[in-house]
Amino acid sequence: MTQIEKQYIDLYNAHHGLIEKPCAALLNEARQKAFPLFEALGFPVKSNEDYKYTQVQDYFAPDYGLNLNRLPIPVNPYEVFRCDVPNLSTVLYFMVNDSFYQKESVKPVLPEGVIAGSLNEIAQSHPELISKYYNQIANNEKDGSVAFNTTFVQDGFVLYVPKNVIVERPIQLVNILRGDVDFMVNRRLLIILEDGAQAKLLICDHTMDKVNFLATQVAEIFVGDNAVFDYYELEENSTNTTRVASTYVSQGKNSNTLINGITLHNGKTRNNIHVTLSGEYAEANVIGMAIADQEQHVDNHTYIDHAVPNCHSNELYKYVLNDSATGVFAGRILVRKDAQKTTAFQSNKNICATREAKMYTKPQLEIYADDVKCSHGATVGQLDENALFYLRSRGISAPEARMLLMFAFTHDVIENIRLESLKDRLKHLVEKRFRGELSKCSGCSVCQ
Amino acid sequence: MLEIKNLHANINGKEILRGLNLTVRPGEVHAIMGPNGAGKSTLSSVLAGNPVFDVTEGSVNFYGKDLLALSPEDRSREGLFLSFQYPVEIPGVSMVNFMRAAINEHRKYKGLDPISATDFLKLMREKRDVVELDNKLANRSVNEGFSGGEKKRNEIFQMAMLEPRLSILDETDSGLDIDALRIVSNGVNKLKSADNATIVITHYQRLLDYIKPDFVHVLYKGQIVKSAGPELALELEEKGYDWIKKELGE
Ligand SMILES: Nc1ncnc2c1ncn2[C@@H]1O[C@H](COP(=O)(O)OP(=O)(O)O)[C@@H](O)[C@H]1O
Ligand SMILES: [Mg+2]
Repeated sequence: MTQIEKQYIDLYNAHHGLIEKPCAALLNEARQKAFPLFEALGFPVKSNEDYKYTQVQDYFAPDYGLNLNRLPIPVNPYEVFRCDVPNLSTVLYFMVNDSFYQKESVKPVLPEGVIAGSLNEIAQSHPELISKYYNQIANNEKDGSVAFNTTFVQDGFVLYVPKNVIVERPIQLVNILRGDVDFMVNRRLLIILEDGAQAKLLICDHTMDKVNFLATQVAEIFVGDNAVFDYYELEENSTNTTRVASTYVSQGKNSNTLINGITLHNGKTRNNIHVTLSGEYAEANVIGMAIADQEQHVDNHTYIDHAVPNCHSNELYKYVLNDSATGVFAGRILVRKDAQKTTAFQSNKNICATREAKMYTKPQLEIYADDVKCSHGATVGQLDENALFYLRSRGISAPEARMLLMFAFTHDVIENIRLESLKDRLKHLVEKRFRGELSKCSGCSVCQ
Repeated sequence: MLEIKNLHANINGKEILRGLNLTVRPGEVHAIMGPNGAGKSTLSSVLAGNPVFDVTEGSVNFYGKDLLALSPEDRSREGLFLSFQYPVEIPGVSMVNFMRAAINEHRKYKGLDPISATDFLKLMREKRDVVELDNKLANRSVNEGFSGGEKKRNEIFQMAMLEPRLSILDETDSGLDIDALRIVSNGVNKLKSADNATIVITHYQRLLDYIKPDFVHVLYKGQIVKSAGPELALELEEKGYDWIKKELGE
């Protein structure tokens, strides 16, 4: 343990009563179990092989404000916020920092039985439902940043879709970071699709202010037998924002997921994605992309656990790095002894457009079954000089030609999106990003 | 319109063009023939401005401008067009976006507004017909999955779209069957006028039956070693290049 951990341990010891007071009992029970784990583990450091290129511990060193008192943040997102992904006719929710934003007059229409809203409130109104799932698959024992989140989290978002209910309209959760001083937020997501349920959730991350933010997030996603879930996370944070997120997905028999993570703009980002295929014939599509420049840092760590036979996983990650940006991709696939007839494909392709940009990529296949089809491939390259010359020879300027090629490179990631309107919107946003028109959080009218 | 004087060019320190001279006037068709490795594609690439080649000596004047001082994109905007011997596949860039970007950059250079969506589609349709290019191909990524013949037709389609003043066709005929050859040559002939010129690089007389050259040059070891009228192509077809080497005292 270092001084960095000590400041949070002291904070917890001095103020855990304050943290617990507004919170549901089951959040506090989990918190009390997680705290000693955090004390023992500390924050992840580079000597940990899984964090080799991202010293998460350093991210927690600065002095951040925390809203332990749950003071309302003076902002009405419905009024000030113009999201970059509008007109999707989504069912829209907001989180301002780590509080779910409640507005009485806005009552979204969702099918009968579906529950969506504040984790802290739903944990109090439906404790028997939430206790079955909350903190059940987040790995507090292994990762100190997860134990930290469980220790300090006070609210978040819940989506519960009962058996065989199909939510046609995409649900959108916009996370807004807002603050006058450097600020830390700890968010939690809990998503439960019972057997045969279907839903699509789009999460957009935005920063509204110029101060430094540190956001931790832990998501637990339960996808029942035959359920279908699309999960899109689109990060458009400021360069002063650090994101440390862990997503745990558990899939039942014959279920199907799309776990899509796009870092369009950020400061420093670490995403852990852990998918467990625990029912036969389950399929997971884990797709991601990062566009980074300046000093931006994007580290995606995926882990797909083929625990049972006949499952399929398909993974595609692409990075476009400019300036002195750093990209990290580590893709671990575990095929357990009994998981025969597994098919698992992984591809990571990257462009370093400058000499200073750095990409670290590491596939990691652990296969203990003998009748499987697995493949992986990773490339790091520059833009194709021949293609660049070909475009220029037709009169297209060098920067425009580069833009076209970078855009083309991201094409298959975007094609994997299963929401047409989001696909079109993303093409537009990616193009804007490459043109340098997304250099700050463009979704917020207040910081324009 | 084009005056090449004593052109020398290297790749990776190896000299490929060794003092090449050539003059082309509006309305003319020049054929350049020569054995493999002579430097024909190098000449086209150097004229189009491929940065992998270093020009070490000589000058190229194009309509009064120092061509070698222009970027590849400006050469194109000035009216130079290269039909590549090996057109490049660019997955993810659609033909439509590619051509729209090219047309608009050309227009911007001339001080014109971007082309309207309807005019652009009309232009695409019109020019596609020139080379009988399938609409399906025009909706795909640039050259991706095109057959050899389709790639060459696509080059001439782009030429038709951009209406260059000087076109260099680098072995546009190789790999074409007789039908495709006819379509491609017809396309080239339709685009010919008294104001533009064509340089045809080929190994075969059969293309020159369709695109009639005014001059035939032999490029050998990085130089134009012989120039004559169309009859030279027939002679080369018949006798190969050995007699030329003999003439050169090799
Ligand atoms: N990219 C390259 N790198 C190295 N050598 C090259 C390259 N391109 C062409 N050359 C060399 O330049 C010479 C001329 O090639 P090229 O211009 O393609 O000939 P041609 O088109 O007349 O067949 C050949 O010896 C070839 O090996
Ligand atoms: Mg050649």
